[in-house]
Amino acid sequence: MTKFEEKQPSVSVDKLMWMYEQMVKIRYYEDQMVEAYTEGKSPVFNIGEGPVPGEMHLATGQEPAAAGMMVHLTKDDTVTAPHRPHHHAIAKGIDLKKMTAEIFGKESGLGKGKGGHMHLFDPEVKFSCGGIVAAGIPHAVGAAMANKMKGKDWVAVAFIGEGAANAGAFHESLNLAALWNLPLIVVVEDNSYGISVPKKSSTSVESNDLRASAYGVAGAYVKDNDPIAMYKASEEAVNRARNGQGPTIIEIETFRFLGHFQGDPELYRDKQEVPGLRARDPIMKLRQQLLDAEQITETELEDIDTRAKQQVDEAYQFARDSDYPKPEAALDDVFTS
Amino acid sequence: METAKKRMLTGNKAMAEAIAQEMENDQNVFVLGEDIGKYGGIFGSTQGLMEKFGPERVLDTPISETAFIGAAIGAAAEGMRPIAELMFVDFFGVCMDQIYNHMAKIPYMSGGNVRLPMVLMTSVGGGYSDAAQHSQTLYATFAHMPGMKVVAPSTPYDLKGMMTSAIRDDNPVVFMFHKSLQGLGWMDQLDYAVGHVPEESYTVPLDKANVMREGKDVTIVGIQMMTHYAMEAAERLAQDGIEAEVIDLRSLAPIDKDTILKSVKKTHRLVVVDEDYRSYGMTAEIAAIVSEEALYELEAPIKRLAIPDVPIPYSHVLEDFVLPGPDKIVEAVKQMMDEA
Ligand SMILES: Cc1ncc(C[n+]2csc(CCOP(=O)(O)OP(=O)(O)O)c2C)c(N)n1
Ligand SMILES: [Mg+2]
Repeated sequence: MTKFEEKQPSVSVDKLMWMYEQMVKIRYYEDQMVEAYTEGKSPVFNIGEGPVPGEMHLATGQEPAAAGMMVHLTKDDTVTAPHRPHHHAIAKGIDLKKMTAEIFGKESGLGKGKGGHMHLFDPEVKFSCGGIVAAGIPHAVGAAMANKMKGKDWVAVAFIGEGAANAGAFHESLNLAALWNLPLIVVVEDNSYGISVPKKSSTSVESNDLRASAYGVAGAYVKDNDPIAMYKASEEAVNRARNGQGPTIIEIETFRFLGHFQGDPELYRDKQEVPGLRARDPIMKLRQQLLDAEQITETELEDIDTRAKQQVDEAYQFARDSDYPKPEAALDDVFTS
Repeated sequence: METAKKRMLTGNKAMAEAIAQEMENDQNVFVLGEDIGKYGGIFGSTQGLMEKFGPERVLDTPISETAFIGAAIGAAAEGMRPIAELMFVDFFGVCMDQIYNHMAKIPYMSGGNVRLPMVLMTSVGGGYSDAAQHSQTLYATFAHMPGMKVVAPSTPYDLKGMMTSAIRDDNPVVFMFHKSLQGLGWMDQLDYAVGHVPEESYTVPLDKANVMREGKDVTIVGIQMMTHYAMEAAERLAQDGIEAEVIDLRSLAPIDKDTILKSVKKTHRLVVVDEDYRSYGMTAEIAAIVSEEALYELEAPIKRLAIPDVPIPYSHVLEDFVLPGPDKIVEAVKQMMDEA
């Protein structure tokens, strides 16, 4: 047994390295998006200007939820994501070039420029997301149902924010999934806010895993945005679902380093809050854990960083180099052919 | 003659001022919705209300539209005068049962014995790449269903006056405000999103269209942003000697037929411009009214400009293609003048 496995008996180091790579890639992707989104919007911010117009919800700080769950999934498992979808998309293995081109509104994008950042669909890796809060949960229920009908052990995972757990769709979906014993996992990312509304002003319980008992499903709580704890909770939930033992709600305490959307003045939160959260950066934490366990060297980690960044840079370059769709293409695809 | 400098406000401040004045007048008025407290509404419609009236009367809600809009109905039935905000009209899908099966029908089903003096305010409109689930207006969807007054003001003056009327009305009013006409710092800076607004309280009727510009050659009916585009088009057409009359519809339901018919009887030509889907929409309704009641007054077929029955696309090249604008209006009018 290695030193690391002595400390963390059930965790595979290879998988943690995979998670680390995803988290670095996500972080760098979002950092680049901050830059791209700002282009054309300064000195005067105008949401409709620049190469990336419209709303932009970034996941900087929320990487562990996506990486810790997706490490247990394959291409055959389904993921639905909300309006803040980049971390899930990247960890699920979405085509990064086409995703980026979509966000730049280009013809080579996943949706030929029709969807944009909140509406990314990559059927190749069974990924989708949407801009209506909680709407992805019933879609995951349906995917879980299809898997069961097909006799497969594939699972479906719906990612939502803590604010979405107060929507009717959350409660209806969990009851249905429990009733039909479906391989569904709902991951609630508690980043403390639904836009400006703090969790304590929107949610009647301390955490949403407590709501599991109301539906007769399993519940798990991951605190401190901890990648390894998320890994473990997800592993259990995925095994439960694959073995026909029904749904799980996992709530993870996570950190929103940025505004709700880019351009959010954030007057509703204390100026000290974000520096405090950044001091608990989950990527630095996992990096340190890997180094402490003497499983990997600084140089090896740097190689991972370089590789991840290169992929992201290539995706942005592809997006920028791609053409805009022809205006008349707006009329296509209302019905599929 | 007025000599004092006119008091200018943005659309959002005009709305918030109307709400504040009515809250001062009437203890039964309160506001609820997502991010309407400290944040002041994502589109600024409740700016300053939390500071003035506190969390008892300005309630931030969870993301539970069915529950809080339904609760507004229940409270209205008890004599309160709630104003509920649905952040984007696009989110109507999660709460439409409360809106059209209950808010719109309870007064009628009760034989007029139950009053629902409430306002459902909601933001509409696109043009800034917010894509298919955050850019719709859905004017006709709401105007189609009986039992709701539906208004869509386009100037700060009307935003305040119609909000005051909406709050005082004993019927449910769907109050649609256009995001780009709120005069927010982070969107397009449009001259017409700022306008004269008197400080004292006043009302603007909920059932009257407004002739924004008089003309003799063609009538252009617009709604919200499209009215402003029609005004821009009219200025350009005037340079070519075409005098367009521009009507700001303002009230979608009930619709002010008289103002439209009177204008068409004068100009004998009609163009309708809408930021909603084309088929079965406001343009179709207005065309039908004129066909039924003034067909023989027309010297040319009616023209309709609207979104060509596709969801609103994200990429700006695609969105520009589907949204009507001043160029398309000028082109339609010129074509029409050539035809006749
Ligand atoms: C049905 C619906 N209501 C409201 C909104 C507006 N909205 C978008 S994101 C959001 C907050 C979501 O909070 P949470 O679920 O915690 O996710 P987070 O943004 O924190 O990731 C709201 C209210 C929406 N998109 N859909
Ligand atoms: Mg949240």
